[in-house]
Amino acid sequence: MRLSTGGQIDRSRPLDFRFDGVAYSGYHGDTLASALMANGLKVVGRSFKYHRPRGIFSAGSEEPNALVILGAGARAEPNVRATMQELFAGLEARSQNRWPSLDWDVMEVNDLVADFLGAGFYYKTFMWPKAFWEKLYEPVIRRAAGLGALSGQADPDANEKAFAHCDLLVIGAGPAGLMAALQAGEAGVDVILCDEDRTPGGSLLSSTEDVDGMAAPDWAAEAVARLEAMPNVRIMTRTTVTGVYDGGTYGALERVGRHLQHRPGPLPVDCFWRIVAKRAVLAAGALERPVAFQDNDRPGVMLSSALRAYVNRYAVAPGSSVTVFGNNDDAHRTARDLLAAGVHVAGLIDARHEATTDLDLPFYPGAVVSRVTGRMGLETVSLRTHKGEVKLQSDCLAVSGGWNPSLHLTCHLNGRPVWDEGIASFLPAPEGMPGLIPAGGAAGHFPTWEALESGRAAAARALEEMGHAVPHQKVPEAEGAPYSVKALWHVPGKGRAWLDLANDVTVKDVRTAASENFRSVEHMKRYTTQGMAPDQGKTSNLSAMAVLGDATGRDVAQTGITTYRPPYVPVPIAAMGAGGKGRGFAPERLTTSHGRSLAMNAPMIEAGLWYRPSYFPRAGEKTWRQSCDREVSMVRQSVGIADVSTLGKIDIQGRDAGAFLDFVYANTFSTLKEGRVRYGLMLREDGHVMDDGTTARLGPQHYLMTTTTAAAGEVMGHLEFAAQVLRPDWDVRLISVTEQWAQFAVAGPQSRALLEEVLGRDLGSDVLPFMGWMPVTIGDVGGRLFRISFSGELAYELALPARYGESLFTQLVKRAEARGGGAYGMEALNVLRIEKGLLTHAELHGRTTAFDLGLDRMMSRKKAFIGQAGASRPGLLAEDRERLVGLRPVGAVQMIPAGAFLFNEGDEAVRESAQGYVTSTAFSPTLGHTVALGFLKSGPDRIGERIRMVDHLRGVVTLCEVCEPCFLDPEGERPRA
Amino acid sequence: MPELTLIAQNALPQGVVTTLAGTRIEVLPMRRLTALMPGPDAGPLAEALMAQHGLGLPAPGAVEHAEQAECLWFGMGQYLLVGPAPAPGLAEAATLTDQSDAWATVLLEGPAARDVLARLCPLDLRARAFAPGATARTELAHMAASVTRTGPDGFRVMVFRSMAETLLHELRAALEAVAARGMV
Repeated sequence: MRLSTGGQIDRSRPLDFRFDGVAYSGYHGDTLASALMANGLKVVGRSFKYHRPRGIFSAGSEEPNALVILGAGARAEPNVRATMQELFAGLEARSQNRWPSLDWDVMEVNDLVADFLGAGFYYKTFMWPKAFWEKLYEPVIRRAAGLGALSGQADPDANEKAFAHCDLLVIGAGPAGLMAALQAGEAGVDVILCDEDRTPGGSLLSSTEDVDGMAAPDWAAEAVARLEAMPNVRIMTRTTVTGVYDGGTYGALERVGRHLQHRPGPLPVDCFWRIVAKRAVLAAGALERPVAFQDNDRPGVMLSSALRAYVNRYAVAPGSSVTVFGNNDDAHRTARDLLAAGVHVAGLIDARHEATTDLDLPFYPGAVVSRVTGRMGLETVSLRTHKGEVKLQSDCLAVSGGWNPSLHLTCHLNGRPVWDEGIASFLPAPEGMPGLIPAGGAAGHFPTWEALESGRAAAARALEEMGHAVPHQKVPEAEGAPYSVKALWHVPGKGRAWLDLANDVTVKDVRTAASENFRSVEHMKRYTTQGMAPDQGKTSNLSAMAVLGDATGRDVAQTGITTYRPPYVPVPIAAMGAGGKGRGFAPERLTTSHGRSLAMNAPMIEAGLWYRPSYFPRAGEKTWRQSCDREVSMVRQSVGIADVSTLGKIDIQGRDAGAFLDFVYANTFSTLKEGRVRYGLMLREDGHVMDDGTTARLGPQHYLMTTTTAAAGEVMGHLEFAAQVLRPDWDVRLISVTEQWAQFAVAGPQSRALLEEVLGRDLGSDVLPFMGWMPVTIGDVGGRLFRISFSGELAYELALPARYGESLFTQLVKRAEARGGGAYGMEALNVLRIEKGLLTHAELHGRTTAFDLGLDRMMSRKKAFIGQAGASRPGLLAEDRERLVGLRPVGAVQMIPAGAFLFNEGDEAVRESAQGYVTSTAFSPTLGHTVALGFLKSGPDRIGERIRMVDHLRGVVTLCEVCEPCFLDPEGERPRA
Repeated sequence: MPELTLIAQNALPQGVVTTLAGTRIEVLPMRRLTALMPGPDAGPLAEALMAQHGLGLPAPGAVEHAEQAECLWFGMGQYLLVGPAPAPGLAEAATLTDQSDAWATVLLEGPAARDVLARLCPLDLRARAFAPGATARTELAHMAASVTRTGPDGFRVMVFRSMAETLLHELRAALEAVAARGMV
């Protein structure tokens, strides 16, 4: 219920919200958790496995219980921590993992048979029949156990990713973080101060202590005001640093729009930051840990510090009669604050025999809580004192088992925490993380003054390491009583005592793991699933390790803890993948003819990042095949135009350009004459073919290489590597000119006539022979004309600066159409090249050699080249390798699908007897049947043989004849015409 | 058939595309771009640039200015002359490659410009790391880009011509998101 006074909520701004369909009211400044508590709700969720009623457990991001579904429809967000969700007007939340309702949950039956459902139960029970696991057992189990479900719809919200850079990143804005930021901010370095709360201040916001003579929250506000006035300090609230990566890079999740009722459309819900910092101060504070005892998961059992936050910051009391139980002084602080707020305290129980108190309440030193009762809300608390059992009537129990430094981030680069007996917990490894300096609670400095001072000192150390002067910074007066704790993990007794509330893991489960010899922490974790829920076991890890240690006869230090990995809090995939939807998925590369092709109704096909036209449908054509067949015939009979600008073009110049090409190509280019073009084959170091293409010699020390579209970037990188690393002694200068030129294939028997008309000059073979090039001009625009052919026809490629691309394409197509031809797309281009047996990356797929492709004679013996040694390895020259052949159908079935396998007639169609496979296939309108390329064992020696093609996926079996991989004009007379 | 006449076209329609939060995305006109690669010895190129264009040879990450001309450091052993046609003397000191048609250039200018770029590009854009006059080859929304700081809140972004529309799309989306933060 709401306290009548106090708190940092704005009582003048009431907010209406709904939970499970019921209307409630809270205030601005509330979290959903504090607002639910103010409205008297005890049960807010059901547990993961046993569906036990659960209440709010914490007041921060460590919350294991109070997970809700926020919003509705496509915007429904599961597993939202009510303790982190700021209240806003109109907020709608639903409890999860219950059916039909929170109060009456059918699956609570699981709790009655809990003895059968302990850790490992599923693995041991649902083993037979084997096939049932995937199809039956797992789906049913997953339905029963689990948390909230995704909406199943596309995410309608915007998300964002961003980069930030600073000198010092301060993680957490509690006392240590604020002091670190002040110290560094006044030194003038760039500071980013991140805090996951909406308001900086950390533990100070829930404290009733004084700092520097003023109330702790006021001091925090003043410190924030000072920082805000510094232009070199950037405060990022609602931002959780989630991970540490190499080079001082930190991941952080900023909740940008999750606290707003109305979000402008483009406003992201989350922003995932990558922050690069020279140094960082980890001031993430500490997490309180509970104590395990019988039924300690009942609604109303909470962390002691959380209670202080609810009472002091949110002015709500979770109960009318509170019992406080602890093994350290923090429990006393909670009892004190409760009394001050006018909340009845039924008793203060301190496990330490020597403890004393001045507080006016029933005090039980040297006692422990052994069990609680109250299924839907706490009713009684049973104590075990030296005088015997005592039972207290109480509807809330605050528990403090001590504090664990939030050292998670120091483990992300494999820092191993160090056990500290004094605080009965782990401390960050002293030099565990390069550049990351722990301070405050995260370094085990729990008293406020110690935290302030250690924050200042951490920043001072960072400044010194960065070479900056350290200005004097006064540490304010604050509470400094030393922390003392008596380790207490588990109160022995009957029944189930919970460790991991989020994943329903009990003390018994951990012991079972140990007894079945899962004694390593990592094995225990996987066996019990302890620490594997969305909260990553923030409140349960250490206790579980202690129980495991106890069960295996080791202390906690020997037992160790599991490895913390990013992210520190759940990060929506939508935030990490922000911007990757729709057009943001990948850059779109558009050719200069793109608009024109779209206007001609050409469907686009992706080729790498490029968009290329598949075919250009004409009136009356109903299928792609009709258009494709027409376009192929056009090129074979008159003239076709295709945009080939996407091929990689690399300008190579320098004194050693020729030698360099001889080095990177298998064949020779230094002997190529100016004005000529040569087909080149490029190998990888391991001797397999990397790419092919043509290279023209433009001048004495000037070449122009073309690559395939797919491998343009790879080849450029390969050449840069060769030039910079393998032959840095050579003068070679490389630059990509792919984007500078628009280039169009003009192919077909009428291509020469068309180009003679366009260029106004004779283009006979005496002027421009096959595999030659010449500079040309159209008006005053200079270009290049190459006589090369990827179709087997008389063909040219005309290149002009890209700005003229659309204009040139439009007019070439118009002129081709006047001659009975027109534009052709990728489909026709593919058919044309398969008919001729020309290669693409379907054949140059990375596992084929020049020998396999029948191109071994291109490997020069007169010079050294990349891949030479690799390609000459005996295994790569074996006669029975799968080698390139052509295939054509000879039976009733005419289909030869790409990807199908080849078998000898009479052999079983199984992997062991496979003879090869089909790589490319097309229906040839020129020949009237299907033509295909593929690889066949000893292929070239088997021309004329019959082979059986089996496509297991499509269920096609075709009898084929093995033939030469060139179906048309094998002498190559057409392109030379 | 009539004579073939060629019409030049920028990758994007020129002019202001979007203005939000006082920040504008503007497609700049195409200028003459020439890549200069001096090879192992950049000395002769430095002399020729100064003599012919009044331009110094930019240090890595820097831009040199003269009247109507700029020279950008453009990667290892590579410079980009922006504006004039290269004087004939340059060809003796470096290999020259015309790149005028290879790039699309967009100006992003205004108080939100830095925040917009920070959503797309990993560069450290703080004034002390990337001052006006600084230039970098970098990644921008998965594209190879050139970013030059033209003023306290102005950035000139270049990507390959084929990706011009993607650049606009990304800049616009980032600007809208940044501007939306100012509306709540």
